[in-house]
Amino acid sequence: MLIARVIGEIVATQKHPSHDGRKVLVVQPLNLDGSDRGDAVVALDAVDAGVGDRVLLATEGYSAMTSVGRPQSPIDMAVIGFIDQIEILPGVS
Amino acid sequence: MLLGRVVGCVWSTVKNADLTGHRLLLVQPLTPELQATGKRIIATDWTGAGAGEIVYYCRGKECSFPFLPAEVPTDSTIVGIVDSIRVNRAARTEVATSALPPAAPARQVRGRNSRKS
Repeated sequence: MLIARVIGEIVATQKHPSHDGRKVLVVQPLNLDGSDRGDAVVALDAVDAGVGDRVLLATEGYSAMTSVGRPQSPIDMAVIGFIDQIEILPGVS
Repeated sequence: MLLGRVVGCVWSTVKNADLTGHRLLLVQPLTPELQATGKRIIATDWTGAGAGEIVYYCRGKECSFPFLPAEVPTDSTIVGIVDSIRVNRAARTEVATSALPPAAPARQVRGRNSRKS
């Protein structure tokens, strides 16, 4: 799982039926210091997240599709939680 | 999933039998600002996307699921055609820290072999 921030939404009419009824979010993975970690990805929403939220991102198929509740479907990224707070032990950077 | 633009297609006559009838499209991965990023890949297509269209595609084992019960040997499949993207990188949701439960004090973690003092 990754720490990420929701930075946008996608509108798609022609898409796989398993994606119907779920928000398609543009999500930017983050480093611990809050900087961008690689390129932004597209993820389905399992927790009703919105633009600006800091979230937990599942980046593997099984966990993503079961959290969205659509098994055996082409979903490899899903937003599965909100992050309220991160506590880092002293000396860890 | 990742954003991409269809930039071409690949023809193959001799291929795995389960790939028969599937279009193989050349996809350029994109950033949300629609700048090209990374190397182009070949993806099977579920949506019927055409040249130049912005799409999002799935990677890994999951991308053969749209074709079930056929077991198509693919590792990336286009699963949606993008109509529009709205991006706001500056947006921040304010979290009221006072509403959160107080953080538990950090515990001293003792390794299995560390001696008790």
